[in-house]
Amino acid sequence: MRIPLGTLRILVLLAVFAATVLFFASQIDGYLNARLFNRISGSVAVIALIAVGQAFVVLTRNIDLSIGSVVGCTAYFTGGILIAYPDLPPLLVPLLAMGIGAVFGAVNGFLVARFHLPSIIVTLASLAIFRSILVQSSDGSSITTDRLPTWLTEFATTNAFTLGELQIRWIVVISILVVLIAHIFLTRFRAGRTFFAIGSNPDAAAFAGINAGRTIFLAFVISGALAGLAGFMFLSRFGNITVVAGLGLELKSVGAVVVGGVNIFGGSGNVLGVLIGAALIDVIDTSLVRWEVVSAFWREAVLGLLILLAVAADTLLMRRLLNRKPGGTP
Amino acid sequence: MTALRSWEGFLFAVLILIYAFNAWNSPVFLTPGNQINMFQLSVEKIIVALVMTFVTINGEIDLSVASVMGFAACAFGWLVQAGVPGLGAVAIALAIGLMCGAFNALFIVGFGIPSLVVTLATMIAFRGFARVLVEDRGISDFPDWFDRLGQAGMIGPVPFAMILFAILAVLAVLTLQRTAFGRKVYFIGANRAVAEYSGLDVRAVKAKIFIASGVISALAGLLFAARVGAVRGDIANGFELDIITMVLLGGVSIFGGAGTMSGTILSILIVLALRNGMALVNITGHIQTGVLGILLVLSVMVPIIRQTGGRLIARVR
Repeated sequence: MRIPLGTLRILVLLAVFAATVLFFASQIDGYLNARLFNRISGSVAVIALIAVGQAFVVLTRNIDLSIGSVVGCTAYFTGGILIAYPDLPPLLVPLLAMGIGAVFGAVNGFLVARFHLPSIIVTLASLAIFRSILVQSSDGSSITTDRLPTWLTEFATTNAFTLGELQIRWIVVISILVVLIAHIFLTRFRAGRTFFAIGSNPDAAAFAGINAGRTIFLAFVISGALAGLAGFMFLSRFGNITVVAGLGLELKSVGAVVVGGVNIFGGSGNVLGVLIGAALIDVIDTSLVRWEVVSAFWREAVLGLLILLAVAADTLLMRRLLNRKPGGTP
Repeated sequence: MTALRSWEGFLFAVLILIYAFNAWNSPVFLTPGNQINMFQLSVEKIIVALVMTFVTINGEIDLSVASVMGFAACAFGWLVQAGVPGLGAVAIALAIGLMCGAFNALFIVGFGIPSLVVTLATMIAFRGFARVLVEDRGISDFPDWFDRLGQAGMIGPVPFAMILFAILAVLAVLTLQRTAFGRKVYFIGANRAVAEYSGLDVRAVKAKIFIASGVISALAGLLFAARVGAVRGDIANGFELDIITMVLLGGVSIFGGAGTMSGTILSILIVLALRNGMALVNITGHIQTGVLGILLVLSVMVPIIRQTGGRLIARVR
């Protein structure tokens, strides 16, 4: 019996995830308990959201480096609007945040899709531009917890339900729902398959009558909207938003996507893998702080090497499978 | 008018406009003190921009340069604090830069993974190593000669780093425009497959460029440490944006194969004059970076703007 490659990837990822958790459990006293889950699940929820958005973009052979700035901006602007209009209906607020994020994503998408500019350059620039918009509009002042409505600051720790000692927070439920919807959309819907088509062979996709520009634009809008939703959760979790909010999140999202088995050259991948990738990266990130053998400052170095390892392993494996000569442009 | 048709001619005109505007805006701008200050505040970035020109014309990108700068600077600080003599620490820091470049080259040339992905990952990893070395401390007790090299004038008021930049700029122009190696850099960037079939040592050229990028970035990191007299984990963080902007604005194609060193040098002057002009009228660093971001987008749109402009001119005729 042959296992499909995609399923195999997910199984390998799950095994790596389990091995990582078991490793830290053997190193850190009292590691494996419900508190670990309750603590980590919240931050995984945020990273999973932006990673799914990033996955849409990466599938189309692009990259979105502005995500961290979009998270920071939406958290700030949503907070600012809530302070000005504290009576907004709670259900409207996450939608508002997604709308703000989508506008930022649309700017990226327009520049990349309309003018065929390299996304790495456009989003490297918009990373700086969006951050400076945040700095300019905040004028040094920041959003603080005590000025926000209480329903918002309590939302991040509100449980949807509990399983024994495991507290399943609403933000975790929302995040998993988003992952599932994205998964079903990408695998079962015609519009979802176009993302793969463009990434795996742009010429063939064009001959098949797929509008590449529109799909790439949509990918950036989705990425922006999900970063907006993540910004809402960020605001709810931390309450205090300064000009550095969300700094560096784009690297974590790229990390989760690549470790999660999405091909960085587009065309293949699975958002369920991305969810595991996000969980894996966050578990390593938070556990290194508690592991006494190495200093917590190894976090970034480990993240970078992990991304490199995942990409190298994937490239070499795929090349062997496709029996291609090394050194050629992919 | 013909001079204006070339991108370099256009950049030169823009540069003169910015200089004129700044001089009109602030009486301080044209003073020798401010001009030297303007260069000195960015001298590390513009040194790396020289080597980034090679990388980009070759059809690659190196996002890890700022992290290599930080890694080398922090390694220097750590070594000095551990009691290693200054010159030895400088040599080891440069060797670290060489190894970073070789590490990038291993994955890019050896395994055939695109430089964009490899250097994005090593951008995070090398920065991580820098943080591991200095953690959340700042190290500032450098040897006196090292601080003086970074802060005092060497020939009159002109500091060492600026003289080094001038020498490196001349070398870069000569290597890129006047040697066989330079021609190879263009040829490979323009069409890698054809270069390979023509029997060019594509992999060796690419490896050399990435190793050079590592060494020069480490050198720039050391110069930065000497100028500010201290290192921290986030030293030179985000510099890649400025550096890549300088190169692309200079007319170097992001897809490789086109661009000139004189274009990069002109755009370096433009970026410096812009930042300095904004600083003189009290525009903060974050906003300056935002303006540079807009400039970066505009500079990759240059081919499109030129095309549309050409079509408009043709229609008028």
